[in-house]
Amino acid sequence: MSDNKLQLQTQNGVARYFKENMGTLIGLLVMCAILSFTTNGVFYSSRNLINVLRQVSSNACLAFGMTFAIITGGIDLSVGSILALAGTLSAGFIVNNDMSPAVAIALAILIGTLCGLFNGYVIAKTTIPPFIVTLAMMQMARGAAYIYSNGQPIRVDRLKIPSYEIIGTGYVGPIPLPVIYMAVFLIICVLLLSKTRFGRHVYAVGGNDKAAIFSGVNVVKTKMAVYTMSAFLAAFTGVVLCARMSSGQPTAGQSFEMDAIAATVLGGTSMSGGVGKIGSTMIGVLIIGVLNNGLNLLGLNSFWQQVAKGVVILLAVYVDMLKKKKK
Amino acid sequence: MNDVILNMKNIHKEFPGVKALQGVNFDLKRGEVHALLGENGAGKSTLIKVLAGIYIPEQGEVVVNGESHIMRNVADSQAHGISVIHQELCLVPYLSIAENIFLGRERTAGVFINKAKEAEEATALLKSLGLDFNPNTLVGELSIAQQQMVEIAKALSVKSDILVMDEPTASLTDKETEVLFEVIRDLKAKGKGIIYISHRMSELFEITDRVTIMRDGQYVGTVNTRETTRDKLIAMMVGRELTQLYVRDEPKPGKVVLEVKDLVDAPMVNGVSFSLREGEIVGMSGLVGAGRSETAHCIFGISEAKGGEILIDGKPVKIHNVREAMQNGIAMVPEDRKAEGLVLINSVGYNLTLTVLHEIFKGRPLGDAKHEREQIERYIKELAIKTPSPEQLAENLSGGNQQKIVIAKWLATEPKVLILDEPTRGVDVGARAEIYGFMNALAQRGVAILMISSDLPEILNMSDRVLVMYQGRVMANLGKHELSQELIMHYATGVSD
Repeated sequence: MSDNKLQLQTQNGVARYFKENMGTLIGLLVMCAILSFTTNGVFYSSRNLINVLRQVSSNACLAFGMTFAIITGGIDLSVGSILALAGTLSAGFIVNNDMSPAVAIALAILIGTLCGLFNGYVIAKTTIPPFIVTLAMMQMARGAAYIYSNGQPIRVDRLKIPSYEIIGTGYVGPIPLPVIYMAVFLIICVLLLSKTRFGRHVYAVGGNDKAAIFSGVNVVKTKMAVYTMSAFLAAFTGVVLCARMSSGQPTAGQSFEMDAIAATVLGGTSMSGGVGKIGSTMIGVLIIGVLNNGLNLLGLNSFWQQVAKGVVILLAVYVDMLKKKKK
Repeated sequence: MNDVILNMKNIHKEFPGVKALQGVNFDLKRGEVHALLGENGAGKSTLIKVLAGIYIPEQGEVVVNGESHIMRNVADSQAHGISVIHQELCLVPYLSIAENIFLGRERTAGVFINKAKEAEEATALLKSLGLDFNPNTLVGELSIAQQQMVEIAKALSVKSDILVMDEPTASLTDKETEVLFEVIRDLKAKGKGIIYISHRMSELFEITDRVTIMRDGQYVGTVNTRETTRDKLIAMMVGRELTQLYVRDEPKPGKVVLEVKDLVDAPMVNGVSFSLREGEIVGMSGLVGAGRSETAHCIFGISEAKGGEILIDGKPVKIHNVREAMQNGIAMVPEDRKAEGLVLINSVGYNLTLTVLHEIFKGRPLGDAKHEREQIERYIKELAIKTPSPEQLAENLSGGNQQKIVIAKWLATEPKVLILDEPTRGVDVGARAEIYGFMNALAQRGVAILMISSDLPEILNMSDRVLVMYQGRVMANLGKHELSQELIMHYATGVSD
């Protein structure tokens, strides 16, 4: 009997997901439909679809972290810079310090994650707005990446140390590793936000932090965890991106934070906090990814792609607001 | 019959799934105070929003000054001489009093704002309300009660014939309420019509001429205040005879559970001492600013006491945060349920279990969904929370049901000591009676209850004992037999003997 009830619940969950994300899902499908006509089916080739997934994987990881930050009523502008710092450090440690790739990567991700811990500590313990704290970290981390690399890319010799590159270029069957990473983080983040105590606390802090304090929620710990996690995802992504090129790029990830915010907002996360879902953010990520890919296939130059992206974001959020107002 | 300045006839308004108004009638005469009475969710606010042009009714007629006109928007409504003082304050905290009063209707000289003129007019307005504020003070620096008075001044500045006051005294002290009533009498004498919404029965009898009662979106009737009684009004409101509002059985006090000695958290708490026994309901009275909530905050770990001692079951404890208070068996229903009690944009179920997540997730990282559902269902049933489902957002519930959620989420922690800060503020009569019932039942089960309240009848009828605070100290500890309104006020105003 209770099993029956439980099943009902999960069905509801799937049905609810489609209902909640109706607007963006339709948008995504319409875009795909148009592209299948205009590109003579190239868009739908499995090679291109896998390509899209690989292209969106880094933005997805950043957007997952961003969704957590925005739900707590904050924002994380430092992810693009932390990404660059961790990527650069990972290559540098291998080249300059003769570290094994495993140690170098672990250390680089740890340092990137510590940047997030710092963000979280300052945000939770002071009243400086998250926008300012992470804006400062964005400058500091980017600067640190330039200082460490002297502003030059740090190349890792592909032939001598092939294991570094594989982290970014490897495959499991037909699926590129970055897509696997994305899938793993997607599942972890969905569970974290919707099924765990930590997730509940995240919603409480963003929905009404005073009520959260009055309910015995540890607001300080929650905020610190959120920014630490966001930075971890950024650092991990940075290492994967640089490994892919077998080169630590201090210029990597510029304005990636903006794409992550755009995807999060497209997914319906409220900028004022308390509302949002990882699954919805994923749709936002895919919309931006398909848009970029499609416009590329159509041969539109990248400047126009930016304009198109802006228009889509504005439209999508407007439609979302109309939908909510109606309720 | 030219007396009637407003006549709303057969108003219908529907929202998806809810018939909010079903044929409501309401009329207002010149120089009259007409109360609108009903439980939360009865449709009072919806009716006012129709009048204010925020909602457009599907059916019905609104006649203002003999002219039939459905308000299309707020400006339209204002142009017809209607001005509404909403329950939620609509002031900009970063603007001054004068700037707020004239927001949208700035007094200008050419293209520039005439600040001097605004200040002068604002001062005159405030004077007429008996207020001595500098009009250049930022609104954010004022207390809630003072902001409420500014809101009233703003409404008066529009020079409207019809004034709507939605729970204007909810956050006012008795003295401020008296000033407000003076103003209302004055407006009456000037021939204005006033629609007055309040839950406080005593106020209705003091200030209103007629009362219109609504229930579940329907018009129940209109009566002359002088020809009715409190019980008759309540019966019309809840649709049944409410035999008794207050319930308190013979108390059976046990051993001392909480003892507070010389608690200090300057400037509001200056050496508070008292104790609470099992099964006792102790009222805490005092004027606004006497340090009652602040004392509770120290005990509950919202703020940390700078001095003094807290003993639980005779053992001294240190409480640095809410978590530690919970571990010591203390629970608290805060004063402001919207700001401090609930995450309004989340569901009823979510809010109900926010205090017991450690139990639901104990040894299970993904939680015990079954246990959680059972808990939620149990408390919805036990406290008779009226909600279509546990997934309903807390913000969509009435004040009384919201308050029940806050109480339930703390009952779930099975506390030894329950602090209730203004437990029935903004709660309708039906839910109030239920809340008193829960308090009585809890006390009989051995829970020690500290009830902070500014509602004297509530203090007098529910408490086994009353502590009166003044300037951060407990001035008196009055037993049930010696309780009186006069004695409480005597100590609350700091007259010591």
